Amino acid sequence: MDAAPELTPARLSPGDLARVASVGLRTRRLRAALSALGIAIGVAAIVAVLGLSSSSQAGLLAEIDRLGTNLLTVTNGTTFTGQTAQLPLAAPAMIARIDPVQSVADTGSVSNVNAYRTPLIPTINTNALQVQATSLNLPNVIATTLAHGRFLNPATASQPVAVLGAGAAQRLGIDRVYPGERIWLGSMWFYIGGILRPAVLAPEIDSSVLVGYPAAQRYLDYYSAVSGHPTHGQPTTIYVRAQTSRVRPVQSILAQTAYPEYPNQAVVSQPSAALTARAQAQSAFNGLFLGLGAVALVVGAVGVANIMIISVLERRSEIGLRRALGATKAQIRIQFLSEAIILALVGGAVGVAAGVASTIVYASTKGWTIVIPALAWAGGIGAALAIGALAGLMPAIRAARLSPTEALRTV
Amino acid sequence: MSAVLELEAVSRSYGDDPPVHALRAVSFAVERGELVAIVGPSGSGKSTLLHVIGTLERPSAGAVRIDGVDVAELDDGELAALRARSIGFVFQQFFLAEHETALDNVADGLLYTGVAFDERRARAARALERVGLAQRASFLPSKMSGGERQRVAIARALVGAPSIVLADEPTGNLDSAAGQALLELLVELNSEGATIVVITHEREIAARFHRQVQMLDGEIITDTGSWTPRQS
Repeated sequence: MDAAPELTPARLSPGDLARVASVGLRTRRLRAALSALGIAIGVAAIVAVLGLSSSSQAGLLAEIDRLGTNLLTVTNGTTFTGQTAQLPLAAPAMIARIDPVQSVADTGSVSNVNAYRTPLIPTINTNALQVQATSLNLPNVIATTLAHGRFLNPATASQPVAVLGAGAAQRLGIDRVYPGERIWLGSMWFYIGGILRPAVLAPEIDSSVLVGYPAAQRYLDYYSAVSGHPTHGQPTTIYVRAQTSRVRPVQSILAQTAYPEYPNQAVVSQPSAALTARAQAQSAFNGLFLGLGAVALVVGAVGVANIMIISVLERRSEIGLRRALGATKAQIRIQFLSEAIILALVGGAVGVAAGVASTIVYASTKGWTIVIPALAWAGGIGAALAIGALAGLMPAIRAARLSPTEALRTV
Repeated sequence: MSAVLELEAVSRSYGDDPPVHALRAVSFAVERGELVAIVGPSGSGKSTLLHVIGTLERPSAGAVRIDGVDVAELDDGELAALRARSIGFVFQQFFLAEHETALDNVADGLLYTGVAFDERRARAARALERVGLAQRASFLPSKMSGGERQRVAIARALVGAPSIVLADEPTGNLDSAAGQALLELLVELNSEGATIVVITHEREIAARFHRQVQMLDGEIITDTGSWTPRQS
């Protein structure tokens, strides 16, 4: 007897496979929807966490870029004996002579004076506000603007006039500038000249009350002496804008330039670098949420596997019939495996859509650029695919192993 | 005359200790165009015989040949292909897909034969016509009577023009009138050329057929003998 060579099982076309694999989903929609929901929730959580963190990071980085990454600061460090170092009076001028430096501003911390709304406030209630003497170009250099009023000018710099940082204004309870408005500084009234907007690159300015160097010298005893003659006080923080392409070289010589005698007592930093690092470090907090998403995915996978096993039990007669109609074991296996994968993929797709939608909604309320990393959506779909395959494998193998006669036996 | 089906000393036993012999050295052959009833009380081994003939189950001993092909030489895939091409099944419980129309149920009879979707539907429409259900093609099984459902199942078995149609108690779930109509249909389909083997426990049904094979305790006790179809 010759085994007829034409006895090879016909392959199911992709369309037929899709039709066959979706039988269970089409006939038991609610059940399919509920079991896909578990996967959808997990994928949505993962996509939203990745999308939101990327979007917020992009928002912060865009803000940093807008403010410029070329701002460097020099602050006074500590001396060998642990005391606060004093930067030389000439430090800002010396730094300004470095060729790639575009602009320099400086502030001097007037540490013996505090700011109060009125003289009736107990002196202990300082609101953690600093009083600083400032050069007149500070807002330009730290890239902030005035929310209200005007900044100090050569005339007001020598008068009892103060400009409030954004946070300082809030803490003093001042939200606008009107003529004659004043605060109690040291032992006298200072008039309010203006209120700054938040300075992202120089947050210390936000909590400061700014006065001119001459005013600080005249009214707040902030002075130093040069060869016996009193002059204005020393700078404690110097803000330097350098050409963006030459920030590194400038940074490397800044300490020596600011304080040639003791370069190690001048602390140089790049605020944008710190902010960028912080933006990137934020994603570390995502681990927890990603973990929760992964747990939801595992639970979803168990749900899919459970549904598939029940489905195989319930559909024994269908399996038997298909075998009688000429389905091979492999075709039964692929049918149930595909069904699990389709189920998981539908869940994954819904999850990605939900995650993307929530990212878009949240990011646009925050005004961030919407960033959905490829890792998020491709990973979500890929995870769903893998889960479907894993969860469906065992039920599919069981379905294929079922002997046709046993499957056809009605219970 | 070619034998569509040949059984040669086929035995089937289950278990080991002690083994249950469902079939004991059964030999018989079905010629093309025959209409055979296998009749016997429950437990006589007729269902096992049907499963063995239908290649859903392999015999413990002996040879089963369908269209001259020895089933023992085929692997699972080849057996499935043989079932898809050469054997049509009709079950007592119909086993129709409830969410599909009658037409699609019948077309599914060709699902594993490699025929394209549109062609499957075209052939299914013709098969429904043959069983007199052309006007019910778009109905769901739940909207049909038991007799109609079983005729859909018969159309599904016939749609691939198999060498042999195996019907397991086809009237078992039907009332007597519907059962009669179904038997008439089987006789008619047989007169059109289909080879049909019906398994039943009812002697009255078996009596309607040209050839009756009586089984008891896994053995054939009487066989009215091979019937030669009319030459046309």
